[in-house]
Amino acid sequence: MTTTQRPRTPDSHAFSKRPYDLVKEFVIALGVVSLLTVGLAVIFSSPDEPAITMSGWAKADPADVVATATGELAGTTTSATYGPPYNHNADGQSVLGIPLQKLGGVRIPVDSAALVLQPLADQVGSPAVTGALARWRAAASSQRTAWATAYADALAKAPGGDPAQVPAGDYGPVPNLTAAFLDVARSGYLEGSLTSSGNFYGGDQTRSLLLLSDGAYLEDRAVAQQLGGDQWGMMNETGNYPGQPWMWLYTFWYQVKPFSTSENADAQVWALMMLLTLALMLLPLIPGLRDIPRWIPLHRLIWRDYYRTHPRL
Amino acid sequence: MTAVPRVVATPDDASWTVRLRRRIGGLVPAGEALPDSQPSYVSSWIYVFGVLTLAALTVVVGSGIVLTIGGSAWWHVSSVGHFVNSLHLWSVELFFMFMVIHLWGKFWMAAWRGRRTMTWVTGVVAFVTSIGTAFTGYLSQSNFDSQWIGAEGKDGVNAIGVGAFFNVLNPGQMLLWHVVLLPLVVGALTVIHIVLVRRHGVVPPIDATGGD
Repeated sequence: MTTTQRPRTPDSHAFSKRPYDLVKEFVIALGVVSLLTVGLAVIFSSPDEPAITMSGWAKADPADVVATATGELAGTTTSATYGPPYNHNADGQSVLGIPLQKLGGVRIPVDSAALVLQPLADQVGSPAVTGALARWRAAASSQRTAWATAYADALAKAPGGDPAQVPAGDYGPVPNLTAAFLDVARSGYLEGSLTSSGNFYGGDQTRSLLLLSDGAYLEDRAVAQQLGGDQWGMMNETGNYPGQPWMWLYTFWYQVKPFSTSENADAQVWALMMLLTLALMLLPLIPGLRDIPRWIPLHRLIWRDYYRTHPRL
Repeated sequence: MTAVPRVVATPDDASWTVRLRRRIGGLVPAGEALPDSQPSYVSSWIYVFGVLTLAALTVVVGSGIVLTIGGSAWWHVSSVGHFVNSLHLWSVELFFMFMVIHLWGKFWMAAWRGRRTMTWVTGVVAFVTSIGTAFTGYLSQSNFDSQWIGAEGKDGVNAIGVGAFFNVLNPGQMLLWHVVLLPLVVGALTVIHIVLVRRHGVVPPIDATGGD
């Protein structure tokens, strides 16, 4: 029995050569790329939509600020029910039964109620706020949840979520706390309070961004600019700019089933992308995949000069 | 006057310096580090995209260095800073475009043949690391894009447990990863990739039987 063996790839240094100036090639390439970059920058510039401020949020959508603050106190917001790395209130996502999110641990502890209470506690000289805070802290945990949940339900039923149109009820100090919180947000003090948290130098916006994400305003603004999760959001950026098109495959999975309807979509998509990346990396070792360039001979176009003078036997 | 006799030291095989010098000298065959000739089969526009990627990376790093001089918020308040940011953005877009074309070209050439597996692997890892570098750049912009991309991106990295160590909502951490850690990795991978290309040479055509 005879077997056909694929010829070994010969040493590139054994082939005939022709003069080539690598340094000149690089310098010309650098010149061309620099000119292209300058041209694109001059013509298209770059987007810079200012960050949302808490005072901007409070002025544009005060009802959302109050509803979000109430949700933080009731423990019903996304951050309050998130799980690792922020709290132990959920296990988080898993893949094939492996609780990947939980394995990371709670390394960035965030108490969602404190996102509201701490900035209020920092306020000095307001007896009404001090009294409301004292009443909240003196109450049992179940009582606090009952107050905040009742107020959240009432806000949801009020026209436009307007606190002024909420009927009287047993809400405890929650209306006072959330109204005072709205005032703090309007004043522009909130970012500093949440970011610094005892440190003169800020730099970590985790708590501010979690609070902002818990509201509807951030997502509404993003969706209005075609940046929603189901709009290929994360790879895009504001305005008509290309964003991060190299993330198209990662974003693609979120648009199709089963990922688009899965509760574990993030972990599943990441696991799939890690698998695909590993396959791309180890492609030279995977029979079948590594043979595709032989089956679809685009290489004959690339090396057409060589094959013209070296026809196959 | 008596001439001092010249003493020629013989290399000491136990010397770490000698060993390192030999190691570095042996990385690439003599004359192949910066050759003034190429195999005759290197004759296609697809070869240009490797050097274009390198050129774009140079512009990315150069514009990034200018941005670091002004600080993280400079480009929001200065028209010069905004222009440099635009240079940075568009050089990154070009960098990825060239790199993806380079990668596809090498795929169709099956450029991993002839003991070039590590050249392919380092190229893919450099591509993936570049994606991470660009991502941290978007998170470091301190504008609406950063807020939204951070809010969306946190769920992905948190879902696999990485968010506990790599906090996309912490711009201070993301900025340092963007300007120090990840560029160092991309730079090191690029150097290794280029050394491997020079060590093994440009891959010969598929089914080429030998030198000519």
